[in-house]
Amino acid sequence: MTDGAPDVAGAVDEAFRHEWGRVVAAVIGLTGDWDLAEECTQDAFARALATWPRDGVPDRPGAWLTTTARRCAVDRLRRAAVGDRKEHAAAVGFDTAPPLVDEEALASGVADDRLRLIFTCCHPALRVEAQVALALRTLVGLTTVEIARAFLVPEATMAKRLVRAKQKIRLAGIPYRVPPSDQLPERTAAVLGVVYLLFNEGYVATSGPDLARARLCDEAVRLAGVVADLMPDDPEARGLEALLLLQHARLAARTGDDGALVPLDEQDRSAWDRAGIASGLAALDRALRRERVGPYQLQAAIAACHAVAPAPADTDWREIVRLYDQLVGVLPSPVVHLNRAVAVAMADGPEAGLALVDELMSTGGLAGYHLVDATRADLLRRAGRPDEAAPAYRAALAGARNEGERRYLARRLAACETTG
Amino acid sequence: MRYLLLISADEDEVEATDVPDGMDRFHAWMADLRARGVLRVHEGLHPSATATTVRVRNDEVLVTDGPFSEAKDQVGGFAVVDVADLDEAIAIAAGHPATGIGQVEIRPVREA
Repeated sequence: MTDGAPDVAGAVDEAFRHEWGRVVAAVIGLTGDWDLAEECTQDAFARALATWPRDGVPDRPGAWLTTTARRCAVDRLRRAAVGDRKEHAAAVGFDTAPPLVDEEALASGVADDRLRLIFTCCHPALRVEAQVALALRTLVGLTTVEIARAFLVPEATMAKRLVRAKQKIRLAGIPYRVPPSDQLPERTAAVLGVVYLLFNEGYVATSGPDLARARLCDEAVRLAGVVADLMPDDPEARGLEALLLLQHARLAARTGDDGALVPLDEQDRSAWDRAGIASGLAALDRALRRERVGPYQLQAAIAACHAVAPAPADTDWREIVRLYDQLVGVLPSPVVHLNRAVAVAMADGPEAGLALVDELMSTGGLAGYHLVDATRADLLRRAGRPDEAAPAYRAALAGARNEGERRYLARRLAACETTG
Repeated sequence: MRYLLLISADEDEVEATDVPDGMDRFHAWMADLRARGVLRVHEGLHPSATATTVRVRNDEVLVTDGPFSEAKDQVGGFAVVDVADLDEAIAIAAGHPATGIGQVEIRPVREA
């Protein structure tokens, strides 16, 4: 251990990132009281900041924090019980004696507590917005203010959302447990869905001033890692982590200096985060080894094809089309169909992709999906048909969801109008 | 924990829908709950056309014909079950044949 306050502050930071969710989960497991768990976890970190500079950073910060938070909770519950019967206070002998902590149970059981926590946060009896907020608060340790900023809602709204969610868990008797095996696949899918949603929430708005939202991506990647560690038997959990790592690695190259979206084939690949890509590929490898492929693993495998191509021309589009063929089978959503058409366009030429898009549009498979026009426009442009691309870009502009998309589309439209 | 299961549906749709094994499934549902000893109360109601709603405003008793809510779906029955947690209540609610046409609202009962 090294001396000096900055190192201690760093150690507390590090512990916060890794241990917050563990400590909260353990105290909820002990007391069933979510508010008490949050307060006592906060208290434990405050104590760490106060005492670690003097006493040194403990060998196992997580165990220290959990013990401290549990002691805080037990003390408070005792005091509350005593408060009900003041006259007995002296006789009962509740003093500061710490509860005995079974270190072995701590080491093995704490992971289970976090798993119980994530399943409870993502219980279908809670609204999805509440699920996401609760997971960020309890498992990741974001403050109410931070979560409110990330979701662009007033702090009071977010505070109310969290209070209501916790109230519902308590009053409606939502169990704090891992669901039984017959419900596990469905409930696991819900947990992974929440993590994915969290990432996308940050991903679509990562331009310019939206740094608070960009942070959602960091937190989602972290949460995906935690969830994958907690569900080692579910390759989709690891697949999701791989997918998010690979997408996250491209974050810096995704937007230009002016905040406009930069498409994959124009991104500066030297700006991709190589370490992130390596972690993503490793996670994908671990998932695929279990030989139970699913939508997240397939999407991660597609992202991996892009990540390993040194230049756009090196992309293995045949392999990507093959992966999309599989993905359409398990996840036949408009966005997947559309992306498959784009991959076919890259493998077999823009006209082949256009034919697919038109076929999908005529069967109503893409109804209401806002990227249809943008995709058609790009394919028409690549097919050398700028006169037809221009109106498609105009339609896409009308439906664009953020400034980055708008700038990209406007630039394309202008190019079509000058060449057309 | 005790939960109220509020069973509701569109009465016209219930009238028009013929669920051949509906009654058998309902009896099986009841028998299972009785055997498990979790059913505290279960009652079916006459249609909402027979409902009467009472309000008192300025000490005056106001009686109106019909249910309190003009919603398309109306309460047709209720049950109180005493089970471990919400998941168990959800499983019981999902087993009620009425969920195939209408829905069951689960409300935790306020304990003293």
